[in-house]
Amino acid sequence: MTSAELRETIIDILSEIAPDEDYESLKDDVSFRDQLGMDSMDMLDVVLGLRRRYKLPIPEDDYPKLDSMNSTIEYLLPLVNEKKD
Amino acid sequence: MKRREDSERIVITGVGLAAPNGANLADYRRALLTGQSGVVPYEIRYFGETFAGVCNCDVLKYQNRRELRRGTRAGSLSVYCVGEALADSGIDWENVQKDSVGVYIGVTEHGNVETENEIYEIKQYDYDCAYWSHHHNPRTVANNPAGEVTLRFGITGPHYCLGAACAAGNAGLIQGVQQLRLGEVDLAFAGGVSESIHTFGIFAAFNAQNALARHEDATKASRPFDKGRNGIVVSEGGCVYTLERLPDAKKRGAKIYGEIVGYGMNSDSTDFVLPNAERQAECIQKALRNAELAPDEIDIVNTHATATTAGDILEIEALRAVFGESKKTYVNNTKSFIGHAMGAAGALELAGNLPSFDDGIVHPTINVDELDPECEIDNLVLNEPKEIGNVRFILNNSFGMVGINAVTVIAKYEGD
Repeated sequence: MTSAELRETIIDILSEIAPDEDYESLKDDVSFRDQLGMDSMDMLDVVLGLRRRYKLPIPEDDYPKLDSMNSTIEYLLPLVNEKKD
Repeated sequence: MKRREDSERIVITGVGLAAPNGANLADYRRALLTGQSGVVPYEIRYFGETFAGVCNCDVLKYQNRRELRRGTRAGSLSVYCVGEALADSGIDWENVQKDSVGVYIGVTEHGNVETENEIYEIKQYDYDCAYWSHHHNPRTVANNPAGEVTLRFGITGPHYCLGAACAAGNAGLIQGVQQLRLGEVDLAFAGGVSESIHTFGIFAAFNAQNALARHEDATKASRPFDKGRNGIVVSEGGCVYTLERLPDAKKRGAKIYGEIVGYGMNSDSTDFVLPNAERQAECIQKALRNAELAPDEIDIVNTHATATTAGDILEIEALRAVFGESKKTYVNNTKSFIGHAMGAAGALELAGNLPSFDDGIVHPTINVDELDPECEIDNLVLNEPKEIGNVRFILNNSFGMVGINAVTVIAKYEGD
């Protein structure tokens, strides 16, 4: 999986949680919380969405790594590709 | 009629509703006077094709899609109804002290929809609970529908739901009256709501009980008192009233839809599902005593009848016992149009009749092709509306499983 493909999947997950946001203008280096007004329940939706799509458990200690698009991709990409292998 | 201190007189100053055949009181009343059913063909997973009363109100009027996803259908219907009841009341909401507002919503059941959804989800993951949603608890707590209202409108007074089976709409209304009389709140949003059509279990259970309506035409499936009736049409819906003490309503020059002058609640204590005509009659008499009214002072009795064989006969038996001698009491049924809106039923069916205070018309019971002789009672208004002139008192029946009965009496407000 490429970084761009993973980004698309994350956008899909975010769009389910916050359907009215404009994802065209999403800034990849800004936190989801600040940019999309996401709270802790929303962040758990991101974790659940990833788990359901990739059967990928994300330990609670790693939740801070899901802060922005860049940090999420940096954290997830190797895990997702490792899982596929 | 009982004379109460003005501060104990509780009036309806706003109506917000979501019915299968109308998303506001004017449209709903028009549908009830022109024979428009809200029952449509409906399909739900596992159970398959059936009928249901489906609401098409614009829930996006008060919530965005993100909020709708976070909450429940019962929550969104409650928010819609309260938003409409508030707007209708004309209250200067910005200047209302929010901790003096109470929210009392009756529900038949709550949480089944969400639990069924979650089990459906984890089934795809071999029932691994790691895939269960963190939303399940806040969505299924019994106060969810009322709680969503407080979140949306910034209400910091008390909120809770009243589990009272199909008597819940009236139970919610009664609770609002009691809390205002106790001085616990100064403004109440009270009524009932139902999201039941989104759970396959309710259809499957009524079907297993041989109590789910079948017919070739959806609009004719709900037929209380008809000889060919064969069961319930399950519906969703909601109805919430803005309630205030009379002096507060008068002070701000509010439109007063009616005054809740009496109520009664009791329990059958006899059976899980079969109603008890004697207890129903006692509940009606309790409400009449509470209002200090005689049976022949009631102009309209809105029945609970759900189109089950036994239930309809037993309710008519109760009505004959109380109103047998009354020549001026007319009887109707709203479920014949909208199906059984469960927790919303009592409040929603009352709303359909409130305009009678203004127009003097009794909406009919539709779909009666052949009246069951066992359901005959004087002045049953069949198939066509009936103009009866001045309507001063309406009595509204609501009865529920495990033997819970709730009856309200509403008076036309005629000034001092």
